[in-house]
Amino acid sequence: MDVTHALAAGMGGIRTAGDLVARLQMSRGMRLKEAKEYVAGKLGCTVRDLSDSYAMEQIRGEKGLGRILDHSNLHPGEPNAMMAKFRIAELLGIRINSVEKFRDLAGL
Amino acid sequence: MGDGFMVEMTRSELRADIEQGTTQAAAKAKAPPLTAEEQGHLLDIYASPAAFTAVDIGDQVVLSCDGGGSKLTGTDMQDLLESEQRLGQDILELWHIEYSYKAIKTILPFQQQVMQNAQLMLTAPIQYGAQPNLAFYSKPDGPADNWFELLPKGDIAGARAAIEEAMEYATWDFIYVADGMIEAGADFFSTLRAVKHVREKYPEAGIELGMAGEFVIGVHGELEWEGRRLAGLWPREQLEVCQDAGVTLFGPAVNIRSGKSCCWNTAYSLTVIKPCMEVARIPVHPNVGEGVCGVPVNGYPPEDAASRAARAFVDILRCDGL
Repeated sequence: MDVTHALAAGMGGIRTAGDLVARLQMSRGMRLKEAKEYVAGKLGCTVRDLSDSYAMEQIRGEKGLGRILDHSNLHPGEPNAMMAKFRIAELLGIRINSVEKFRDLAGL
Repeated sequence: MGDGFMVEMTRSELRADIEQGTTQAAAKAKAPPLTAEEQGHLLDIYASPAAFTAVDIGDQVVLSCDGGGSKLTGTDMQDLLESEQRLGQDILELWHIEYSYKAIKTILPFQQQVMQNAQLMLTAPIQYGAQPNLAFYSKPDGPADNWFELLPKGDIAGARAAIEEAMEYATWDFIYVADGMIEAGADFFSTLRAVKHVREKYPEAGIELGMAGEFVIGVHGELEWEGRRLAGLWPREQLEVCQDAGVTLFGPAVNIRSGKSCCWNTAYSLTVIKPCMEVARIPVHPNVGEGVCGVPVNGYPPEDAASRAARAFVDILRCDGL
C-alpha cells in the first residue's frame, strides 16, 4: 500500500522535493500550495519542477540537498543525510531539530 | 468492495452507488453532498478499467505515515532507509510494533537511540508515531476501574471518573514520550491536552494528529474542549479543535463499510471530510490507510482500489497530503 500511494499521489520524497515541502508543512503548518510556492521560490525553480525527478536531481545536486544513492548514481564527496539537512535548514530558513541536536552534541 | 473482494459493476451501478454514498454522508454529517461535477469525476475514476490510476503531473501531495514500512525489513534503520531511498516517502515514521504510549514509555531510551541514529543517516523528515490506547489504563491491564464494566451496571458517575483517571495517565505518557523523542532528535481529550502541552513547550515541533474514525463516540459524554462538547464531533469540528490545540497536520479518517462498494465508500468519505477543507488553516492529510477513506479493509489492499481512493481525494478535495 505504501508503494501504491507513493506512485499514485506522492511527491517522491528526496527523489524530488517532497521532503522539502513536507518540512514546511511540519515546521510552519503551511498548506500545500503555499509550501510548494515557498520551496520553489527558495530553489529558484517552478512549482511543477518540485515533483519532477529529473529537474530535482540536478537542483539537489547543485545545492547539496541530498539525493537518492544507488549503484549507478553514487556521489561521494557530496552532502547527504545530516550534512544535507544543515543545508536544507539554511536554504529554507527553518529550524530542523535533529540539526540543532547534532550541533549541540558535536560541540559546533 | 470495501472488504477487497473484486466485483464487476456497470457505469450506471457505479453512478447509483456514488449518489447513494454522498447522500447518506450528507444526511449523517449534516454536510452538503458532492456536486454533480465532483460526482462525475469520481465516476470517471471508478469506471475506468485501468489496473492503476494516479493524480495529474504536478498535482502530487505530501505523504505522511501512520506506521508504514515493514517490521520484517531487518532493523528499523534499514526499514527507514528503504522507505526514503526506494519508496520516496515524503515524511518517514519511526514506530514500535506496540503502538501504545503506555508500552513505549517503558522502552523510551531504546527508541530514542534509534531515532538519534536514524536522524544521522537520513535526509527526509522523521516523525515518531504512537497512539493513546485509553483502555490499556483500565483494569485488568491498568490501574483505573473499567468503564465498560461499570456502564452496564448503571454506574455512570463511576464510569466517567474511571475515564477521567485513565485520561490523566494517557496524557502524561504521551507527554513523556513526546519529550523524549523531541529531545532525541485517549482518546481525543487526552490527546488534545497533551498536544497543547507539547506545543507550549516546543513551539516549532511538528505534531501530526490522525483520527481513528469519522465520529468521536465520546463514551464519557460530557467532556468539552474550551467550551465545545467532544462527543459527536465530525471531521470539520475535529479539525477546528485540533488546530486550536496546536496541531501542525490533521488526518481525518472515515471507516470503511465492508459490504459497500469502494466508490460508495469514497463518495461517503469525501462528503464527510470536504467541509474540513473550507476551514483548514493547517495541512489536511486524509488517512487512506487500510480500512479507511475508500481503501478496503484487507491486509493487502488491492492497488486498483487504493490508487483510486488516493486520486479521488487529491483531485476532489485538493487536500494537502495523504
